[in-house]
Amino acid sequence: MTTAHDALHTHDHAHEEHHVSFVQRWFYATNHKDIGTLYLWFAFSMFITGGIMALCIRAELFQPGLQFWQPDFFNQLTTLHGVIMVFGAIMPAFTGLANWMLPLMIGAPDMAFARMNNWSFWLLPPAAALLMISFFVPGGAAAGGWTLYPPLSIQAGMGMDLAIFAIHLLGLSSIMGSINIVTTVLNMRAPGMTMLKMPLFGWTMLITAYLLIAVAPVLAGAVTMLLTDRHFDTHFFKAIGGGDPVLFQHIFWFFGHPEVYIMALPAFGIVSQIIPTFARKPLFGYVSMVYATCSIAILSFMVWGHHMFAVGMPASTQLFFMFLTMLIAVPTGVKVFNWIATMWQGSMTFETPMLFSIGFVCLFTVGGFSGLILAIAPVDTQMQDTYYVVAHFHYVLVAGALFSLFGATYYWLPKWTGYMYHEGRGQFHFWWSMIWFNVTFFPMHFLGLAGMPRRIPDYNMQFTDFNAMATVGAFCFGLGQIFFLFNVIHTIRGGVGKAPASPWEGANTLEWEVASPAPHHTWETPPSLEMVEKGLKAQGLLGDHHE
Amino acid sequence: MRRLASALMLPAFASAGSMNFQPAQSAIAHEITNLHTLLMWVILVIFLLVFGVMFYAILKHRKSLGHAAKPFHENTTVEILWTIIPALILIAMAWPAARVVIAQKDTRDSEITIKATGYQWFWGYKYLDHGVDFKSRLTTNRNQIEEYKGKGSTKGEHYLLEVDEPLVVPVGKKIRILTTSNDVIHSWAVPVFGVKQDAIPGFIRDTWFKAENTGTFRGQCSELCGKDHGFMPVVVKVVTDKEFQDWVGKKQAEAKAAADDPNKKWTKDELIARGRSVYEINCVACHKADGKGSGPYPSLAGSKIALGPIADHLGMVLKGKNAMPAWNALSDTEIAAVVTYERNSFGNTVGDALFPADVKAARK
Repeated sequence: MTTAHDALHTHDHAHEEHHVSFVQRWFYATNHKDIGTLYLWFAFSMFITGGIMALCIRAELFQPGLQFWQPDFFNQLTTLHGVIMVFGAIMPAFTGLANWMLPLMIGAPDMAFARMNNWSFWLLPPAAALLMISFFVPGGAAAGGWTLYPPLSIQAGMGMDLAIFAIHLLGLSSIMGSINIVTTVLNMRAPGMTMLKMPLFGWTMLITAYLLIAVAPVLAGAVTMLLTDRHFDTHFFKAIGGGDPVLFQHIFWFFGHPEVYIMALPAFGIVSQIIPTFARKPLFGYVSMVYATCSIAILSFMVWGHHMFAVGMPASTQLFFMFLTMLIAVPTGVKVFNWIATMWQGSMTFETPMLFSIGFVCLFTVGGFSGLILAIAPVDTQMQDTYYVVAHFHYVLVAGALFSLFGATYYWLPKWTGYMYHEGRGQFHFWWSMIWFNVTFFPMHFLGLAGMPRRIPDYNMQFTDFNAMATVGAFCFGLGQIFFLFNVIHTIRGGVGKAPASPWEGANTLEWEVASPAPHHTWETPPSLEMVEKGLKAQGLLGDHHE
Repeated sequence: MRRLASALMLPAFASAGSMNFQPAQSAIAHEITNLHTLLMWVILVIFLLVFGVMFYAILKHRKSLGHAAKPFHENTTVEILWTIIPALILIAMAWPAARVVIAQKDTRDSEITIKATGYQWFWGYKYLDHGVDFKSRLTTNRNQIEEYKGKGSTKGEHYLLEVDEPLVVPVGKKIRILTTSNDVIHSWAVPVFGVKQDAIPGFIRDTWFKAENTGTFRGQCSELCGKDHGFMPVVVKVVTDKEFQDWVGKKQAEAKAAADDPNKKWTKDELIARGRSVYEINCVACHKADGKGSGPYPSLAGSKIALGPIADHLGMVLKGKNAMPAWNALSDTEIAAVVTYERNSFGNTVGDALFPADVKAARK
């Protein structure tokens, strides 16, 4: 937290004016920028925690045989790696970005519910603490996979109860954060910025927030039923009392599939801000981007069955889920085409945010292709629960969500700190991550095709080479993220010099109209209509038939 | 794309592990492989087109070459086209896939039906038409697996993929597999047959395959089922019809000979001796050979259950608790024997014994 404090030193004249103590500033924080900063540092520390678990997993899988961990502890690692990365790293990072940037981008003075905002952040550290403590209780942490399928999760020790309570807290936090985002975006936009003229990041966060409000209670319900099955002798998921273990899977994935888009849509928004800036062109097909985002969100509620093809369902149901899943490729394709059309005939430069965004487009597309393969139910028979699935979702979550977060960090770091990052080091971080990401995860496609199941601590020798390769890649990738931390701290401490209000030639959204670093309070008077329209015109959202 | 990427990325690993499906051994597996290959070609074409355009733009439309931006940002025709064309491609892909789904789900007219039951952590097979019933457990020695204290003994070719008794089926016959489970969800999978079906406690699901060739084919449990999820392989031995009939006859005779005579009068020592073998097959994975347990799995030596009332001990074995599964699939004799063994081993000296009739009574 000291570094977080340093981060804000530069623009906390409010701090000096009112003489607020460290505790008052951060624990009682109601300023959207402070809360955003808290979210981002929390997410990064969880990313490192989950990353260390990933490296522990990869170390065990470096070669056949059990060298480091008992199988049960290995299962705890895979479970907590998943839970922490999804709920602790990626989701809070996006909420943090939304907190920091949405009010700036739409010309609002703060988030709509500043005190609730404080509460939604400060629920996260206790949830993380519960998860970490669970490693030290009798029986260890939850070991049933992040999907927590019963009856395995009913068998587990008290680590599972701690995970359930952590999920309750994280869900509460998400719901409150989402209510804040929805209210802010719907009610607090600058004059002249109608819904179809706000930055696309606003749109994707709005839809994401709606998805979260819809599904976070579903997950909470599922894990609560798990809790009562475990301790209060209910039989929701216990066949012995007339329950059905598969019911949990239906409920879980009704949450779980929209959750996938909760982690992907904000990334789409970020990339849709960055690519036009560095192509020096308006985003191509703004309206179709919005429609594509909405259709992905709606479809995401109707495809959960594709996670359960191997569970056994009637052919008709399988066909239903297969067709709808394939359909998602259409709006996703539209997005990719729009990004490419934005680059087409541009005047592109390739600063670090742009590199991460192009990396995102490339690798997310690869993840989309493997998703299409997995959508085909008969082929999925071979892939289900193998490393192919692991490869697929790391392509969409690491190269998707995480790369977009890196891009966003470099893009907005000058606005946050008032200093420019070192461009060469940023680019090195990109290329290092890009190469080792692929060395880690591409071979997993082959492992999955050859039939290596996921979540196993040991394997037959036929899988050795690709596993060894993945482990080498993972350790190098992990090392690169320490370099990222170094880059960020270097920037906070002055970087390569002061950043102007708008360091990017092609940036036209409102956050670049305020000084760098952004003052503690911004847009206390809304931006003038003239200023808003100037930006909209440059984004191609005004002055043609949109008018 | 797969080929392209492998050519780009993996020259040093040219001799590395397989990069595609295991060779298909059933009609469905062939169809799945063909479907996958077809999809990969479609994807390769789309990949080349999309990335070709993008990289052309990246190379040519850059500021450093003095390229000026053209601020267009809409084109309704193009946008409609790139919505409709992918939709048409998807419909073309959906059609052959749907055919395979329907074939895969058609378990009618099977010639042999076998129930596969998942246990933590082995498989049980029951031939419903032949009265043959056995368990199939991993035989890879723990010395090969555990390398915590240095290199283990040399791993065999079928490391982790070998069992004491494989499932034996005749070639060219439609085999229907019913899956269910005794404890948690498992998944019965053999990639070469294109089969993967979850085994769900309290429910029966089914799948089928028809092996094209004789031989031994291997798969693994494919749903996380706890500690030893990675150590419960599926091994299927496909034989000729004649060999199958001989095998069935042999198994039936063996079963008759091995069955515990329900009227046999057991002594305590006989029960302890029998209990040791039951323990070594079923309990040793968690409670360990010395009865001291490991990690979250409690010690039996000096435990409250093993030294307490014998009815509670029996109840624990029959009904399970938390991570302890219910062992009600064991026979009355096996349960009586293993309980007696645990109360009189590992330094426990309770001295009493449990008899099969007690177990039978307790089940009611």
